[in-house]
Amino acid sequence: MASIRIDGLTKVYPGDVTAIDGLDVTVEDGSFFALLGPSGCGKTTLLRTIAGLEEASGGSISIGDRDVTRLAPGDRNVAMVFQDYALFPHMTVTDNIAYPLRIKKVGRSERAAKAAETGEGLGLSALMARRPGELSGGQQQRVALARAMACQPDVFLLDEPLSNLDARLRLEARTFLKRLQKDLGVTTVFVTHDQSEALAMADQIAVMEAGRIRQLGTPSEIFRRPANTFVANFIGSTPMNMLPGKLVGGVLQVGALEGVDAVAAGWAGREAPDGEVTVAFRPEYARVDGKGPLVFEGTVETTESLGASVLVTARTDDGQRVQVVVPEGEEPEVGAVVGVAPASGRVLVYDAEGELLSPSSSVP
Amino acid sequence: MFDVLEKYDILAAFWMTIKLTFFSAIGALVIGTVLAIMRVSPVAVLRRLGAFYVNVVRNTPLTLIVFFSLAGVGIVLQINLVDPNSATSLRDNAIRWAMVALAVYHAAFVCEALRSGFNTVPLGQAEAARSIGLTFGQSLREVILPQAFRGAIAPLGSVLIALTKNTTVASVIGVAEASALMKVIIENETASVAVFLVFALGFVILTLPVGLLFTSLSRRLAVKR
Ligand SMILES: Nc1ncnc2c1ncn2[C@@H]1O[C@H](COP(=O)(O)OP(=O)(O)O)[C@@H](O)[C@H]1O
Ligand SMILES: [Mg+2]
Repeated sequence: MASIRIDGLTKVYPGDVTAIDGLDVTVEDGSFFALLGPSGCGKTTLLRTIAGLEEASGGSISIGDRDVTRLAPGDRNVAMVFQDYALFPHMTVTDNIAYPLRIKKVGRSERAAKAAETGEGLGLSALMARRPGELSGGQQQRVALARAMACQPDVFLLDEPLSNLDARLRLEARTFLKRLQKDLGVTTVFVTHDQSEALAMADQIAVMEAGRIRQLGTPSEIFRRPANTFVANFIGSTPMNMLPGKLVGGVLQVGALEGVDAVAAGWAGREAPDGEVTVAFRPEYARVDGKGPLVFEGTVETTESLGASVLVTARTDDGQRVQVVVPEGEEPEVGAVVGVAPASGRVLVYDAEGELLSPSSSVP
Repeated sequence: MFDVLEKYDILAAFWMTIKLTFFSAIGALVIGTVLAIMRVSPVAVLRRLGAFYVNVVRNTPLTLIVFFSLAGVGIVLQINLVDPNSATSLRDNAIRWAMVALAVYHAAFVCEALRSGFNTVPLGQAEAARSIGLTFGQSLREVILPQAFRGAIAPLGSVLIALTKNTTVASVIGVAEASALMKVIIENETASVAVFLVFALGFVILTLPVGLLFTSLSRRLAVKR
């Protein structure tokens, strides 16, 4: 077990593609760490560079006290679980699990015992004599995990661990993976482009964009207080409401509303230069009953059912679109005039560069 | 017509065909495997050498290679593959050189068959092997080749069938295999169509089981992913 420290890591692919761009991050010992970001932002590259399957172009990677930047994959004591599992199709489940131990020169009987024990822990006992082609997707994933676990690595690396499972199994596997990681206590880094997966499973999330980390935090920090407009736009099952506003003499103006009370906006008024800002709030953290210190008047354009709740889309008089999620049965009629009121303390203010102005803790 | 055939030792001629096939098949498999490994190796020079061999050999007529082996390499360079003092040295030398030539020629096709087998192995297999800590040699031996051979069984069967039939080219350097005997019989006797049919049947008897065996093997050993 070990922490992972990454300093100034850069990975440039042939053809001058910078996939990782001077990235620093520390993954705490024993944590379940998610790399989250849109497709092509460098998640897989970062994971593969930690595994040693790609060579770093610059910077360093340490696992525990060891600098592993130049070590071969097999010498890093990490175990990678591939997106397509990459089980050996010509070997039985037992051999798949035991094979890495053979490379580590573990004796035959000890190998068999270890494979049986690991397999049993993952509910594979009845399948040990089968070949991967005779297993379901979920079972194959467990074999891949067992193969990784049998080596007792310092670190697990999982690339999109749930993407090859069908939707129903995915929820089950989420719970299973999270419990397994907690039971084993092994530092685990996993890659996902699915924010709900990251929010549900991880202790820490790094949101990436173009080879850099844009925010590092717990799921609730990332969900409640995105550090910049990129993360704010990326996170959340419904898009964040983003309205243009202005800071004049330290006082916030949003649309037609002038001189909005700083406290009402949950914005403690850090010394910020006057200028354009973006005022943001989540559709989940707003109401349509006009009760609140900050109210945007608008006309309901559409209502869409999300199952237990309804997404209401309204347009303000000055043409801004605002969305609110309300409980099912409480949605207004299309065409009705409503007052959209974000919950106090849930309004975020971003400066012209898109960085969060609100203090990152102490929500009033 | 059968009394015509009884004057000749047809079985011995086909036995020579089988021997030629057997030994050159083993040679071709060994050389072809080495070539295939060269062609997928991480070393660019080896890859290019392998590709060069395949392209040159595959595009040269087999007759030329067989003739060149004995006449060019065997006789001009005075390389004997048998004890020159034995009574049958000339004949045996031609047979050995025919085997070498057939092996060298078909190795190119074995290499391509294996390469198609390599292509059935996903890249992830090599990476999984590497991340477990296997060396290039180990991952080749234990992970890649077993799968590549299984994926190459059907094309390898086709190469073996082609090789069986191509042994007839050995007659150009005087090896007394089946087709050489057929020519002799047709020249000496009158029932040429019947003789031709008998020899054709002989080759079908040799190659048909090979085809069936390889088809069933490739089905049984197929890698389920
Ligand atoms: N082997 C490669 N050669 C060249 N460019 C690559 C290679 N692998 C990935 N890239 C590029 O690097 C960037 C990051 O890719 P990747 O790490 O796969 O992103 P993600 O996993 O976040 O979708 C992309 O622009 C991609 O095109
Ligand atoms: Mg990826």
